[in-house]
Amino acid sequence: MPDNLELGLFVFMLATFVGLEIIRKVSPLLHTPLMSLTNAISAIAVVGAILITGGDYPLHIRVLGAVALFASTTNIVSGFLITDRMLKMFKTSDKRDDGRRS
Amino acid sequence: MMYGVGQAAYLVASACFIFALHWMNTPATARNGVYAGIAGTAIAILATWADPTIVNHLWIIVAIAAGFAVGVPLSRVPLTAVPQRTALSHAFGGLAAGLVGTAEYYLRISDAPAELTPFRMVALIAEVILGYLTFSGSLMAAGKLQEISWIPQRPVTYKGQNLANLALLGLALLLSAAITMSPASTWAPLLFPVIVLLALSFGVLLIIPIGGADMPTVIAILNSYAGLSAVAMGFVLDNKLLITAGALDGSSGLILAIIMCKAMNRSFTNVLFGAFGQVQPAAAKGEQQSYKQETPEGAAQILEQSSFVVIIPGYGMAVAQAQHKIRELYDLLKKRGITVKFAIHPVAGRMPGHMNVLLAEADIPYTDLVEMDDINHDMPQADVALVVGANDVVNPAARSDKSSPIYGMPIIDADKARTVFAIKRSKNPGFAGIDNALYFADRTWMLFGDAKAVVGELVKELAGGSGMH
Repeated sequence: MPDNLELGLFVFMLATFVGLEIIRKVSPLLHTPLMSLTNAISAIAVVGAILITGGDYPLHIRVLGAVALFASTTNIVSGFLITDRMLKMFKTSDKRDDGRRS
Repeated sequence: MMYGVGQAAYLVASACFIFALHWMNTPATARNGVYAGIAGTAIAILATWADPTIVNHLWIIVAIAAGFAVGVPLSRVPLTAVPQRTALSHAFGGLAAGLVGTAEYYLRISDAPAELTPFRMVALIAEVILGYLTFSGSLMAAGKLQEISWIPQRPVTYKGQNLANLALLGLALLLSAAITMSPASTWAPLLFPVIVLLALSFGVLLIIPIGGADMPTVIAILNSYAGLSAVAMGFVLDNKLLITAGALDGSSGLILAIIMCKAMNRSFTNVLFGAFGQVQPAAAKGEQQSYKQETPEGAAQILEQSSFVVIIPGYGMAVAQAQHKIRELYDLLKKRGITVKFAIHPVAGRMPGHMNVLLAEADIPYTDLVEMDDINHDMPQADVALVVGANDVVNPAARSDKSSPIYGMPIIDADKARTVFAIKRSKNPGFAGIDNALYFADRTWMLFGDAKAVVGELVKELAGGSGMH
């Protein structure tokens, strides 16, 4: 166990630094889609929810898991869909006329 | 064997997430980021589902189907409602973390109390507290943004508020420490729900003193909390993917919060505990200054004769849904060979990047959306600055008036343009409750009315009267 803990802390530290560096470079234009994207990504908590919902556990435990699974799936689905919907709208001036309905 | 495959899948998924965020650095590649994110999530879900301990497949299918049923409509909300949706999804994220933590605790206490090592208990309690406080706090934030009637819009403050909040948090931490010491004792499972309740109330109390103008920062902070609760879950489950994804989310929220705070010249603690946004009774200085009003006809004439126009949108534009009319105005001015740029303040609107998304929705090329620091350089050359529903972000008091609550906040220098037109719904002060000196300046002319209606009239003047003046 201590080995795993140490490894986990290392992963946490490194991922935080990677995150800080990458996010700093994200264009301020895209801060809203960035937020919905990270939201969808952090819904990876779905992994924990699946293990609890699907495991051979008492009913009340699985109910908690199923609600968590529902909440995370909602975030994944709506997060990715709305991010893509927003990003589709960002156009440069030359591309603008192609996409416009006349 | 299975374990190895699962770990490899998680490794690939982590890489996908890092790529996803990397591709967000420019609009040209950003959509790849979404695909990478979807790929990572799908890989992780399939790898987890294939785990041999999973036996109840029906439950998983039903819960995922329900998630789709709610998630798809949630992704189709109007873009003006994106801040609420974002807050709501932070709430869902927090709820999921809180529930998984709760389930893990009760599961292990009966099955494997030996696994509840002090470290794992600390992680578990952190997951639960962060999760539930993000849940209730984000629900409150979403309610405020949606302007649900029974949730007060103005900050709610009372004497000793910060002390009360701190006491509540202190109590929760004290109980947490007690549970961590002896997680398997008979009273611990009874104490656990108390911690959950304290976390839920703390979330609510944290949000009620916060005003609308501070929402961008608060949403970013809640984003960070949701990420950190996923990290804590990763420690509980000993899952490196969760730690990585949560850390990415946490650092993203942190950076956005820092950017927002800098753009308001305020600190985290000040945003969270300062109860900004109350109407300042002292702000009403004795002398009554008067506005100069202009008609849409007059404003249209001046716009027509200019060669460089800067449009400064604010939350008022979002409220009035004026972005499409503004696009028409933009097109008409462009057709006359006038340079038109949009000046975007980082905290304009109710969440980071809010204005950019609305203007992009209206089909305005993102190359004409300029950040504050870049546009301020050009402001003295602007013939017209057209302020559409923005207030505090163009208030020159931030530069000059040391007594102003927004003193020191970087602003868009609208007042340096040759002429300023400010569209404003009413003569009341803005969200922060501060009078705006810009409106009384010599070169400023007010256009009172709903932003959409006023811009519509400008469009009519410019379209109908072209070449007549």
